[in-house]
Amino acid sequence: MRVYFSMFKMRLIAGMQYRAAAWAGVATQFFWGFMNLMVYQAFYASSGTEPPMPWPQLVSYIWLRQAFLAIVMLWVRDGELLRGIADGHVAYELCRPYDLFKTWFARLSAMRVSSAAMRCVPILTLGFFLPAQYRMPLPAGFGALGLFLLSLALSLLLVTAISMFIYILTFITLSPIGSMLIITVAAEFLQGSLIPVPLMPEPLQRFLDFLPFRYTSDLPFRIYSGGISGYDALLQTGVQILWIVVLLLLGNAALKRVLRRVVIQGG
Amino acid sequence: MIYFKYVRMVIKSFMQYRASFWLTMIGQFFVSFFAFLGIYLMFARFDNIAGWSFGEVALCFGVVQTAFAVTECFARGFDIFRDFIKQGTFDRIMLRPRSTILQVLGSNFELSRIGRLAQSFVTLGLAASWMDADWNAMKAVTLIFMIVSGVFIFTGIFILGATVCFFTVEGLEFINIFTDGGREIASYPLTIYAKWIMRFFTFIIPFGCFNYLPLMYLTGRAEGRELLYMLTPLAGILFIAPCLGVWRLGVRRYLSTGN
Amino acid sequence: MITLKNINKTFKVAQRGKGAGAAFKALFKRDYKYIRALNDVSFHIGEGEIVGYIGPNGAGKSTTIKVMSGILSPDSGQCDIMDFTPWKNRREYVKNIGVVFGQRTQLWWDVPIADSFDLLRDIYKIPAAEYARTLDMLTETMGLSEFLNTPLRQVSLGQRMRAEIAASLLHSPKILFLDEPTIGLDAVSKLAVRQFIKAVNAERKLTVILTTHDQNDIEALTDRVILIGRGKILHDGSMQNIKHKFDTYRTLTITFSPREAPAALPGAELVSWSGERAVYRLDTSKITVSSAIGELSKTLNILDMTVETPPIEEIIAGLYAEHGI
Repeated sequence: MRVYFSMFKMRLIAGMQYRAAAWAGVATQFFWGFMNLMVYQAFYASSGTEPPMPWPQLVSYIWLRQAFLAIVMLWVRDGELLRGIADGHVAYELCRPYDLFKTWFARLSAMRVSSAAMRCVPILTLGFFLPAQYRMPLPAGFGALGLFLLSLALSLLLVTAISMFIYILTFITLSPIGSMLIITVAAEFLQGSLIPVPLMPEPLQRFLDFLPFRYTSDLPFRIYSGGISGYDALLQTGVQILWIVVLLLLGNAALKRVLRRVVIQGG
Repeated sequence: MIYFKYVRMVIKSFMQYRASFWLTMIGQFFVSFFAFLGIYLMFARFDNIAGWSFGEVALCFGVVQTAFAVTECFARGFDIFRDFIKQGTFDRIMLRPRSTILQVLGSNFELSRIGRLAQSFVTLGLAASWMDADWNAMKAVTLIFMIVSGVFIFTGIFILGATVCFFTVEGLEFINIFTDGGREIASYPLTIYAKWIMRFFTFIIPFGCFNYLPLMYLTGRAEGRELLYMLTPLAGILFIAPCLGVWRLGVRRYLSTGN
Repeated sequence: MITLKNINKTFKVAQRGKGAGAAFKALFKRDYKYIRALNDVSFHIGEGEIVGYIGPNGAGKSTTIKVMSGILSPDSGQCDIMDFTPWKNRREYVKNIGVVFGQRTQLWWDVPIADSFDLLRDIYKIPAAEYARTLDMLTETMGLSEFLNTPLRQVSLGQRMRAEIAASLLHSPKILFLDEPTIGLDAVSKLAVRQFIKAVNAERKLTVILTTHDQNDIEALTDRVILIGRGKILHDGSMQNIKHKFDTYRTLTITFSPREAPAALPGAELVSWSGERAVYRLDTSKITVSSAIGELSKTLNILDMTVETPPIEEIIAGLYAEHGI
């Protein structure tokens, strides 16, 4: 366990090195959220009927997404690792005395945490001080806040578990760019980052309940604002945990299979 | 022309990695497709945005996506210019008896953006039929003007972004606010935004010239001043001039500081 | 051909402290340090000369090459190359020069070398007949034919360097700048590259300026060296001259049948000794190499020996001491 923790720590420190990039990232993500909100605001203002998602809930949905982008987005990637797989250098890692799946999991989740840790504070702080219509609302209650934090932590595990498949797939395609693009853009839509899930048509929403993606971001963000609460919130967090377990088992098996092939073919 | 000789080289390099190329192309198609799906679903929920119909917004989206895809195809060298500075490639460019702009343009040619382009054309075609407009030759010409204008404006922004690399190679992510961010903003008619944003993206960075101004003409909102609104895209093309000027300043700075 | 007069260049370099506090401060305020890269650099090089431009890393070699090739403007001073000021009229000037950076390629990575050459033909607008003639000549003298149609990424480092130099000569420049042309090459490739440089120099009266860390490059190609250290020209003239001046000792290494400790030699210092191998440093003003060997063979059964002259780094260190920098 110790080696995975060290790996996590290493990545965390490495991520903190790029401060200029972090500031630029904060500015970009803040701007992006602001722009999104302005578009939604125009839609809301033109609507004759009451939209299914109250405005303050939408505002917190957007700001939370921007603040925790590094945690929830599948396109956040470890370029070094991808290159290593594509050009075969990863073979050296096979010689080390640790489990590759756990090591990568630690490495990838640490990258997300270090990146998010630096960016979420300034974005949320700014969000709380914006003029009323764009201001980040407070959580629906203490219970909601607690469950939100738990669910967000689970999101980190879930997103990392899903992202493992991208790295495993790279063993097969050997060129990460194309397949990565297709998967991440689809995931972005399915998790509700392109448009919030509650604004989608109802049949589509039912469909998304049966996929893991919605539980990576839509669930924690709506728990925060009270859009999902009580028994429903607990039940869906349970589903989130279930998905984590299932995907970790599948990912572990898939990596073992791919590695066996790599060893046989000699990389 | 020398530019096309460069393009041929880039394509030859590309063909060495065929599988990757096709996947990237398909990926690019989906990027644009899902963005469009997002807009479609929003209109399934709301029937208009600040008075603009789905067809009108779709046309606006199609124009922007087309212009952006073409720009990324041709001017990708400016988009990744930071690597040119870091790897010393720009030194080599300075050693050639050709214009630096031409060489950077020629250095990279993202054929995979054809995927995005294909999706954009489909959107444009569909939008043109969904939209409540009487299409005629003048309007078709205006539509072409809009795309050309968009390409020039995005190229100008890419050049400005690349020029920043002469001064610093850190924290360049903020340039995305103007490239990708610009594309997102201009996907909707600018009149839906707050006044100051609309003004900024009309008079400073002239997105308005290929966005709501000619769109007003296409959708019959420009009564009495049709010709003026129709020609606004041509004004947008002028944006490239100051960008080229700033580029020259950047090159002069590079000449005195190196890297 | 080439005249540099009192060229000066200072760089401003951002300083960064260690630790989180310093890094945070650097986000708002930067400290700068000024580095004098070129300090009153002057020299003249005539047509058809081969000149070795040498000095340790960071001495100002690359900066000088950049100034002479027109990609960097100096703070002050004059540079007149074939009646051009390189950093002005860049596009006209660079037609007359070829530049090879040993560590960077100018050819396209994924396409056959011949295709890269064709693109260069178009970039430099070389007439078809002339291009064919030059290419034939280069292919023959450099032995390019066997890999001309291979993508660059698949050729060896030695082949690549030959292709790089050929690429810089396609437009028949008058001056060739070579920045470490033999770096990383094996012995055979080094020989081929040197031979080729000599050949084009003789055939076309090509002026060649090369920077290198390899003493053998200098010895094989030229006797004139310009030595630069910390931005200042320390020496301009024959290699033999400087060598002679600082050539005060030899390093003698012998291998002998193991017996007891090797004998002490008057006028020499025993640098190291282990079992059957001993290294002496001979002060040539006190003892000659032959008398040292004679002396040693009296007591030891010598199996093998080498004599080395001081490496160029030590000569440069000596010059530093002399110039007080």
